[in-house]
Amino acid sequence: MEEILKLAGITKRFGGLTANDGIDLSLAEGEVLALLGENGAGKTTLMNIIFGHYVADEGHVEVHGRPLPAGSSEAAIKAGIGMVHQHFTLADNLTVLENIILGREKLWSLRQGLAAGRRRLRQIAEQFGLQVEPDARVGDLTVGQRQRVEILKALYADARILILDEPTAVLTPQETESLFSTLRSLVEQGWSAIIISHKLHEILQVSDRIAVLRRGRLVGVVPTAEADRDRLAEMMVGRKVVRPAAEPQTSGEPVLLLESVSTRGPRQDDNLDKVGLTIREREVVGVAGVAGNGQNTLADIASGAVVPADGTAEVLGRRVRRVDVRTSVRAGVGRIPEDRHAKGIIGEMTVWENLVSEDLRRPPFASGALIVNSAAGRRHAEELIERFDIRCPGPHAETRLMSGGNLQKLILARGLSREPRLIVANQPSRGLDEGAIAYVHGQLLEARRRGAGILLISEDLDELLSLADRIVVMYRGRLREAGGEAARDKARIGLMMSGQEAA
Amino acid sequence: MRFEPRERVPVWLAIVAPVLAIAASLLLCSILIVWSGESVFGSYVLLVKGSLGSQFAITETLSRATPLIFTGLAAAVAFRAKFWNIGGEGQFYFGALAVTWIGTGLIVLHPLLLIPLLFIAGAVAGGLLLYVAVFLKTRLKVDEVVTTLLLNFVVLLLVSYLIEGPWKDPMSLGWPQAAPVVDEGVLPKLLDRTRLHLGFLIAVGAAVLVWLLMTRTVWGYEIRAVGYNPEAAAFAGISIDGTVLRTALISGGLAGMAGVSEVAGLKGYLTLDLSPGFGYAGIAVAMLAALHPIGVIGSAIFLSAIFVGADSMSRSSAVPSYIADVVTAVSLLMVLLSVMLTRYRIRRS
Repeated sequence: MEEILKLAGITKRFGGLTANDGIDLSLAEGEVLALLGENGAGKTTLMNIIFGHYVADEGHVEVHGRPLPAGSSEAAIKAGIGMVHQHFTLADNLTVLENIILGREKLWSLRQGLAAGRRRLRQIAEQFGLQVEPDARVGDLTVGQRQRVEILKALYADARILILDEPTAVLTPQETESLFSTLRSLVEQGWSAIIISHKLHEILQVSDRIAVLRRGRLVGVVPTAEADRDRLAEMMVGRKVVRPAAEPQTSGEPVLLLESVSTRGPRQDDNLDKVGLTIREREVVGVAGVAGNGQNTLADIASGAVVPADGTAEVLGRRVRRVDVRTSVRAGVGRIPEDRHAKGIIGEMTVWENLVSEDLRRPPFASGALIVNSAAGRRHAEELIERFDIRCPGPHAETRLMSGGNLQKLILARGLSREPRLIVANQPSRGLDEGAIAYVHGQLLEARRRGAGILLISEDLDELLSLADRIVVMYRGRLREAGGEAARDKARIGLMMSGQEAA
Repeated sequence: MRFEPRERVPVWLAIVAPVLAIAASLLLCSILIVWSGESVFGSYVLLVKGSLGSQFAITETLSRATPLIFTGLAAAVAFRAKFWNIGGEGQFYFGALAVTWIGTGLIVLHPLLLIPLLFIAGAVAGGLLLYVAVFLKTRLKVDEVVTTLLLNFVVLLLVSYLIEGPWKDPMSLGWPQAAPVVDEGVLPKLLDRTRLHLGFLIAVGAAVLVWLLMTRTVWGYEIRAVGYNPEAAAFAGISIDGTVLRTALISGGLAGMAGVSEVAGLKGYLTLDLSPGFGYAGIAVAMLAALHPIGVIGSAIFLSAIFVGADSMSRSSAVPSYIADVVTAVSLLMVLLSVMLTRYRIRRS
């Protein structure tokens, strides 16, 4: 097979950090190359160098044996490289067709451009079996469909090499399946793809070769046919990592009781529709579902941040009647928010200030006259830094400089050190590397042993299956129990996640 | 060329950058001085002499800085919570209205009681005026930049109506001005034969109090948290609306106190030209100080020195006093630029 893309000695440094360290890699025509590595291993940086978002400090990229000008996305597109970003780069208020021809067809004859675009789009869609409605507004599409639009956009720009950055992170198992069959159809027709992921089983399923990155270095390249799951995991992490698993426990008193709860918030997609759910002590209830089907509202209800419009919600035996997060937290609710940076911490404030943010108005951190006792806050922070192994220069360090895994430790320390009886964990391991995930899971299971009931919301089915006693599925604000056979069957849960099967 | 955030800002850079920024702006403004046909060095010497060259010059600079400290603090507190109070001018005049209403004979008390009362009244008035904008923001999501800015003109028209009509001083020989503040309400002078009055010390005290408020109290913590990341603040259980309201009352109150200090300390009575834009200049003061309450004292004195110095320079040379506005504007731009350069490094791509 002919070599179509070659990376030679790529090195990229950000300040003191070497994100890529002398990476040599090649991609053959008609091949899917998987780039495997933990967060921060340098996968996305490497792809951004190929696509011209970053300029490498050393080394160069060749396409079809010709060097690719550095730092120009335009040159990369012209050379036939298409990138599908993790966060889509589509305009929600335009149609599929308009998004695809944006920047491709001439704008001064828009009507002609649209007609020509429609013809080409139909032809490309047929060639690769990528069905989309050209006149649908992108904002109305599902995440899977949007991704299809991104791929079509790249193909429309004559891409021969597709780079997909964590393409399955937001997909249901069925959508993932469909993406993989698209990829197979592409490579059969001579296209090539690089897929970035940290999900081993998906990579084993779809790729031809696997390149493993660790801390900016290429650890090895193995043909997928010869690859072995455990060996890959070890290459990726650099040591053996075992995620803890739940042991059976008898559950106790209910800590969260929802009866026919509906909400009427401003955003329709986030609302709950007659949700009933009970979580008992020493019980982990896993909530599966594609992001944006009401999970965040469910978490807010359970933490007293939202009041049901209909139905009743009882948190730790107290009925939620008004929005009062502080009272819920004081009563024993520990929370892990879905977005660490946006919601979990205040980056400009220090570690100790973030650690006391939930208890701020209470002694010992504040005295009656609302004076902050920073000495008590610092002592508290020092203790938690030690106990939760938070890696930071000290209580006075600014949190914005900390890594994702350390931020999550900070959030866990704040939420779990008070030994809460109800834990609302919303995507607790999203974007973390294997080591950090194992840590988070260990902490959650430890809390369960102490007697906490846990509402675990996750998009990662493997996480739910390994931790949860019971799995429920959210789809469009409704909650359904994945009982009986479906309880441990990923495919069935996947169907329920896309609303296709009644339990 | 692209900007990359610095992981750490070196201390020397944080100190050197604003100094260089001020130097650069004076350098840029010297082009204008050359244009007006004067010697650059001579003009700046005149400017410094006029603002800091004698005891009288210094007291003039400090008394001019007094209202700027108050309005600068008002902007610094509000901006810290990302509440964009552009209405310092209106709150200034509202404070001046309050002092005129109470202090011109309605209540006569011993100065030890009356002076604090006047400041409280002015602060309440300024806070209440800003409460209108808060109400519209939290209930109806009306942008506060628009409301606070427009309220400035509403208040000016109200002042104009009052001092031309019902509150016009019958003894003023037809000038549009209100009756003077009673003797018990006039702020004592700090030095004889100067205009420097007690208001300056109160302003400095206010800056220290605001600094303590922002760094040592739960309110200050909440104001900072809401300003940095409202979503995370709400997640931690901090009431956003409540915090914005408290911020606004403090901010409006401080701007209102500026009006009190000018009426009761400097001028003695309310006129329509009481403020040459102190409310707006407060924004520049706060930005120059990087929103630091103690820094506000320094930046207020700096800007006031430029204004006082430029006035005196224009009297003895051909450079018009408008140069002060230019220096203010250019140094503000330069300081903002320097703040960006301390936070980011420039890379060639």
